[in-house]
Amino acid sequence: MSKSPDVNTAEIRARHPDVFNRPASSRLATPAVLVAALAILVYGLVDLDFSPSRFISGLSQLGWISVMMMPPDPGSSLPLYLKALGETLSIALLGTTLAALMALPVSLFAARNIVPSVILRFPVRRFLDSIRGVDTLIWALVWINVVGLGPFAGVLAIAVSDFGAFGKLFSEAIEGADQKQVEGIRASGGSALHEIRFGLLPQVLPVIAGQVLYFIESNTRSATIIGIVGAGGIGLQLAEQIRVLEWQRVSFLILMILVAVAAIDFISGKLRYAIIGQRAVA
Amino acid sequence: MTIAVSILPEQQLAVLNAAYRRAVARKRLRVLAGLGLFVAALIVASIGAEVNLRTFFTYFGNFVSYFDRILTLDSGQRVWTDFGEWFWGLRKWLRLLGETLLISYVGTLIGAVLAFGLNFFAAENTSPAPWLRFTVRRLLEFARTVPGIVFALIFVMAFGLGPVAGVLAIAIHSTGALGKLFSEIVENADMKPVEGIRSTGASWISCMRFAILPQVSAGYASYALLRFEINVREASVMGFVGAGGIGQEFIVAIRKFYYSDVSAILVTIIVTVFLIDITTGWVRGRLFGKEARH
Repeated sequence: MSKSPDVNTAEIRARHPDVFNRPASSRLATPAVLVAALAILVYGLVDLDFSPSRFISGLSQLGWISVMMMPPDPGSSLPLYLKALGETLSIALLGTTLAALMALPVSLFAARNIVPSVILRFPVRRFLDSIRGVDTLIWALVWINVVGLGPFAGVLAIAVSDFGAFGKLFSEAIEGADQKQVEGIRASGGSALHEIRFGLLPQVLPVIAGQVLYFIESNTRSATIIGIVGAGGIGLQLAEQIRVLEWQRVSFLILMILVAVAAIDFISGKLRYAIIGQRAVA
Repeated sequence: MTIAVSILPEQQLAVLNAAYRRAVARKRLRVLAGLGLFVAALIVASIGAEVNLRTFFTYFGNFVSYFDRILTLDSGQRVWTDFGEWFWGLRKWLRLLGETLLISYVGTLIGAVLAFGLNFFAAENTSPAPWLRFTVRRLLEFARTVPGIVFALIFVMAFGLGPVAGVLAIAIHSTGALGKLFSEIVENADMKPVEGIRSTGASWISCMRFAILPQVSAGYASYALLRFEINVREASVMGFVGAGGIGQEFIVAIRKFYYSDVSAILVTIIVTVFLIDITTGWVRGRLFGKEARH
């Protein structure tokens, strides 16, 4: 067995001063950040009323609730719950489609390669940003004021809040498109609309379709919660059953949501592959 | 240099043209069938979701005028003519907003720590046993799929009204989301250092600490910051179900039609979210260079 050569530490130190003698500021940075993070955490726990006794009694309460949840049981309301689940899926599908249809033309105005003028692009972008900054639940509350309680308010809430997200994503997809094909169309005498239709859309449509499918998936999740504020779907049932402490029904509803989300994940994953091939979605 | 374009003889061309037309027709048919299916699904969905275009068009004016109303003070003037009146409750709202930020901070940190503890068991390449990986993965999936606000509803029942329920709900949801992302980073890590460390006789924990962690910690921090951004939004609506923060005040304002308050709180929330986004974006850029920004 060969013996390892004698290591001359002093020489190595001399050769790599930047590794061994780092300035104090860079050596202390990580511990300082950790201490600061911990300090804020402790302050937060105290300020938010996290007393150990409260925590323990809450945990025991939670354990009790979990025991009460077993076994999941819909009681006699299974048809009602299935209808609510159908409503939730409808909300997700319709809301996302509406949002995509509205966002496509607007996203053209937010893309740098279509609208070169900053003055025109900037307000469109800020507009989309501020729509995105407002949560879906808040939009649901607003729409309930307009069209009344029920799933339709949910559809509109998802449509509006996704409109902001889609506008940004689509415009990024458009900016990422290859300009050569657009130039080709222009060279053969196409108008601006021709350039978009034949040069741009064939490139960006698969990307957009992938994003829309992904959003339908994630909106199934959002659609389950907007019912909590009264905008229809399975969330309404869930919130009601939690309020009246019917824990077996609650666990059944949660199970239904999990299964539905898994099913939608599976289907949209297959569809995505079918549409855009084996490429990963950006 | 000129390139000659060869033109095929007539019969050969006809065959090729026919094949091309058939291919295009088949493709068109497939697209049309898909479109038909999609439209059918939409129609079924619009019946399911009780879409009522008449209500929509009758009351659409309400939607527009709603924004008009929330931008009007009680005195009938526009809100921006009197900032003092518009933001009359700024002190209270800022306190609640601070609470919201604290909720999301504490929730994100607890979630990140839990995810950190679990992700090595969930990653394909580092998990010590397949059954462990399976269990941890299902656990994370559960935490991720159940929406945060549903956890909040249940926790409000267990822990009582207040921010504790919000913190725990955000913590659990973040654990699920971050656990998945973290384990994906670990799966992309280079395994050669692990082999090196293991060959010196180190335990599993030492392998993780000295071989994997130095490769992945920057990615962890980046994702945790991103999650913090998302959680600030999430925490701002936690109050809707009584789990603390600004949401409580906001839903009261909406439900009781305190119009100018609605717009004032909304503006404060949007500005805060915007500032947090910019700050975390800047921190991530500083810490990890441009490539770590997602």
